[in-house]
Amino acid sequence: MDLKALIPQKLKEKFPSVEFELSDYKDELTVKFDKKYIVEVCAFLKSDPELEFKLCSDVTAIDWATRKNRFTVVYNIFSLKNNFRLRLKVPLSGIDESDCSIDSVTKVWQASNWQERETFDMYGIKFKNHPDLRRMYMPEEFEYHPLRKEFPLMGIPGSLPLLKK
Amino acid sequence: MKQLEKETDPKILQALLASRNDYTVEDALENEMIINMGPQHPATHGVLRLLLRLDGERIIGCVPELGYLHRGYEKMAENMSYYEYIPHTDRLDYISPMANNVAWVLAVEKLAGIEAPKRAQYIRMMIAELARIASHLVAIGSFAMDVGALTVFLWTLREREKILDIWDILCGARFTNSYTRIGGVANDAQPEALAKAKWFIDQFEPYLAEVEQLLNTNRIFIERVDGVGAISKEDAIDLGFCGPNLRACGVEFDLRRNAPYLCYNEIDFNIPTYTEGDCLARYFLRIDECRESAKIVKQILDKIPQGPVHADMPKKVLPQKDEVYTKMEELIHDFMIVNFGINPPVGEIYHAIEGSKGELGFYLVSKGEGHPWKCKIRSPSFNNIQCLPKLVIGHLISDVVAIIGSIDPIMGEADK
Repeated sequence: MDLKALIPQKLKEKFPSVEFELSDYKDELTVKFDKKYIVEVCAFLKSDPELEFKLCSDVTAIDWATRKNRFTVVYNIFSLKNNFRLRLKVPLSGIDESDCSIDSVTKVWQASNWQERETFDMYGIKFKNHPDLRRMYMPEEFEYHPLRKEFPLMGIPGSLPLLKK
Repeated sequence: MKQLEKETDPKILQALLASRNDYTVEDALENEMIINMGPQHPATHGVLRLLLRLDGERIIGCVPELGYLHRGYEKMAENMSYYEYIPHTDRLDYISPMANNVAWVLAVEKLAGIEAPKRAQYIRMMIAELARIASHLVAIGSFAMDVGALTVFLWTLREREKILDIWDILCGARFTNSYTRIGGVANDAQPEALAKAKWFIDQFEPYLAEVEQLLNTNRIFIERVDGVGAISKEDAIDLGFCGPNLRACGVEFDLRRNAPYLCYNEIDFNIPTYTEGDCLARYFLRIDECRESAKIVKQILDKIPQGPVHADMPKKVLPQKDEVYTKMEELIHDFMIVNFGINPPVGEIYHAIEGSKGELGFYLVSKGEGHPWKCKIRSPSFNNIQCLPKLVIGHLISDVVAIIGSIDPIMGEADK
């Protein structure tokens, strides 16, 4: 059976109460759903014997700037068994800092550890239950999140103080 | 202070505080030691910094620190047109810039719905494979140098120099090539470049065998790397190992075969795999991949078709410079593309190629503007370095150097 039909069908059977929004653009399947279910859905996709999405290629986020749900977290996973790439998109509700969080999937794929750290560093999205949520590239004392749209391209003068002799 | 009290032997702590000097070497050896390796360390291949926790000479903890080469390429991509970004991809994996150029233009072409002509695709395949050979030669050479065999480094770099000469003829640059264009390549491959590539492939095999002989019969080298830094298949997949490192663990995963792009399905090649997953297997695998890549280049040179190297889409593909200077229509298109960009339709795509280090992908989100709304670089080295703590724990401190060399991280793409 074609995976593009099989995956939505399996997801609907397993999670009847969750709303899955599907899109297929340029032969890439994207599944969009609520952030509450992220860990359960990921664990299911990894452990299901017919799907086996064992490889987590990438975790990132998109900043939509002026939209209502400002951030969307994007997971890019691959099934070695079926040779199939799937994208999971999870919008984060709310625009203020306190709502900017999602459960971590490090328990499902260890590879997502650094990828989530990078997303935290760049967008300020907090991954709950992450074992080691530190900044990936920027120094610990840096206050901003560079890939947010309000951060200027030239940087903020004085945001990285140089050591005084 | 409390942390220090908890972790340090009371006798040593007292000595530190009261500057007593009656403690012995044995007291000091009882303690664990933290060592800071890098970022300025020749064996860490750039600016990788490792914090190692040592018990004697054995490593019991390792924390890699990244970001010393962070230039914000993802932020920059959001603020420049798709064409302008091509030279910046050179600086990601600076050992194989050609492969990065190919990865970027393929992603943009997928987003904008452009297909390059057949000849351009064959040229791209050729440069990507030559880039893989060049990158693996550096990897093998520096790996051998890290464990003490300096000659190999000189020999492999001599071979790499010949590939750089091919690129010199092809596009005029040796390191930062920026040779590909959206919808094709900058200029058609000259007969001299193709002849030089053919000459290189014909003479390459004996030299590679020489390198192999030098290392495989070297007992010091083999004993330094055999069984060091081994990782199981399951762990490797779970931790996101990719490219040659993953194939050395016994996973036959190669995007050239699993998700064919360009014209790889018209070419006959094998995917070498090893099952041991240690440093030695990773070295053997790179040698085998060099041979396979040479085989691919040979087939490409036989099969390469004649024809144009630019897609015929004037609104999306930059016109040739000589036409810009002589024809009005081309001048207008050049002006529009340079100033406003190619405006791909609203949508998002991910396209990955099998780079020399592993899966090199670009995730692009377009809002229909001249520049991407979001660009995410999925860099293989970043994911490979993530496995480093798993590999080094339990080994001696001298093995760290061998393990870093064997996974071949390039900080330019790991730090973006």
